[in-house]
Amino acid sequence: MKSLWARVALIPVLVWAVATLSFFLLRAVPGGPFDRERAAASREVEAALKARYHWDEPLWRQYLRYLGNLLQGDLGPSLKYRNHSVNDLLVQTVPVSLSLGAMAFGVAMGLGIPLGTLAALGRHRWADQAAGLLTLVGVCIPVFVLGPFLILVLGLWLEWLPVALWGHWKNAVLPTLTLGLYFAARISRWMREGLQEVLKSPHVQAARAKGLSESRVILRHAVPVALLPVVSYTGPMLADLLTGSFVVENVFQIPGTGAFFINSFFSRDYTMMMGMVLFYSVLLQGLNLVSDLLLRWLDPRIRP
Amino acid sequence: MNPDRSSPQRLAVHRFRKRRGAVVGLVFLLLATAISGVGPVILGVDPNQGGDSPFAPPDARHWMGTDIHGRDLLARVLVGTRISLMVGAVGAAVSLVIGVGWGLVSGWRGGRTDAWMMRLVDVLYALPTVVWVMLALTLFETRCVGWLSERWPASIPALRLGAMMISLGSVSWLTMARVVRAQVLSLRERPFILAAQSIGVSPSRLMLRHLLPNLAGVVIVYLTLTVPAVVLYESFLSFLGLGVRPPQASLGSLIADGASQLNPVRVRWWLLMFPAGLMALLLGALNGVGEGLRSAFEPRDGA
Repeated sequence: MKSLWARVALIPVLVWAVATLSFFLLRAVPGGPFDRERAAASREVEAALKARYHWDEPLWRQYLRYLGNLLQGDLGPSLKYRNHSVNDLLVQTVPVSLSLGAMAFGVAMGLGIPLGTLAALGRHRWADQAAGLLTLVGVCIPVFVLGPFLILVLGLWLEWLPVALWGHWKNAVLPTLTLGLYFAARISRWMREGLQEVLKSPHVQAARAKGLSESRVILRHAVPVALLPVVSYTGPMLADLLTGSFVVENVFQIPGTGAFFINSFFSRDYTMMMGMVLFYSVLLQGLNLVSDLLLRWLDPRIRP
Repeated sequence: MNPDRSSPQRLAVHRFRKRRGAVVGLVFLLLATAISGVGPVILGVDPNQGGDSPFAPPDARHWMGTDIHGRDLLARVLVGTRISLMVGAVGAAVSLVIGVGWGLVSGWRGGRTDAWMMRLVDVLYALPTVVWVMLALTLFETRCVGWLSERWPASIPALRLGAMMISLGSVSWLTMARVVRAQVLSLRERPFILAAQSIGVSPSRLMLRHLLPNLAGVVIVYLTLTVPAVVLYESFLSFLGLGVRPPQASLGSLIADGASQLNPVRVRWWLLMFPAGLMALLLGALNGVGEGLRSAFEPRDGA
């Protein structure tokens, strides 16, 4: 339990470190986001803009101001969307991205775990082959290839599903599949390898020896143990899920957080970038913590 | 071959050759490297030279068709493959240096140093590292490009590529550091290390002469797993438009070009299918070789 509290205590330190690093990396750059407007805007307008965003203050005061606002949960104004704060944009876009991520995660688990289990049992040829095929797809076909490919086949040639935007449930099918299949491949592989190991272990033999039915041996005694490595892998996997969601939101033109994040790079929206980097860092740390908690709860060996 | 009289190296080669995927992957990689290395020269077509027939489907003159500016797709795919492979190799090399160094020091020093160094690795694991690469690239664009364009504009594409390789490598060393540390921890207590220490071998010689050779196996295995990861990251960045800039091409940016031409009116499949197919083959081959090396150096079931 001790290391868990240490990790919770680490989160504020992490927020501070990430905020400081990204602030000085971005703000220390000479010029700034208003450079491009220099030709169009007069000196007064530029001065007014700088004053509004406190860009005219010395760097250390801007830094303290940023940290102070951060303490109150305020990530500052967006420099591109002039009438919105970074918080506004996060509130608008995070639900979209989270639902996409959650659905993809659901597909990955719902497809990966049963398929990996069936393949590990080795009784069904089709499950074996399907798991092998899925692994191959997961290894060879990255999200940014699978997305356009699904658009081409299911969207444009067969015309089964819409290929862009967000709102109707049909819009969600292709992006969810694109993001989910890749992770389903990884999960089915971990599940398969894990279960194959577990099935050889003494406690499964003991369960068989005392005459339990085969389905009970597998479902009650083998699968829960094989799930442990899967859960411990999902923590690091979430970072890739995030990266994948940037691509999926870009390909399918979904108005999610990732799309805004990528945009902020092109428009040099510094406060937006800093806010997003912070948000993603905290999100991932939090989710990792959740997967750790889950692991503790599932695994009797490390249960406190 | 009689395994009893073989050296560990020969056994490793034997195990590698027994895996068909590994051998096929290796052959494909060597071919891809050679063809993308000399192909553009033999082909004699400038990959950035526009032509008068945009969107020509594949035919005898343009084997993979042409793109929106009438540029020959085959030539662009060849140079794109070259850039992707180069980024993978250099990025993995950077991660090798950092990861092995970090793992060596952490495992060898042990105690509190080890705890802190590994805690840092844990924290970095849970950070969106690609996001940091994007920040680094933005920094390069805002800070260095302006400065360079006044002094030495010709060097910008090469330096941009270099910045990408280094920043990708510098976020991909975490697993390597963990694996090397674990190996060092177990080697440290072995008799031959203790013997070397007791006869007064200097620490640097101990590391280079006694530790590193015994690390080679795991390091090679994880290096081959890092290469596809870096290739993937680069394509991902280029796909989003944050990596290589036009007119330069990498497989990722070519796939993005192809994806942007998808529309219900006319399907120009070749723009997407050729670079995407090559990317898939490349990733498959890299992973096959990685798996083969893993079974060669980390035999689990004795074969």
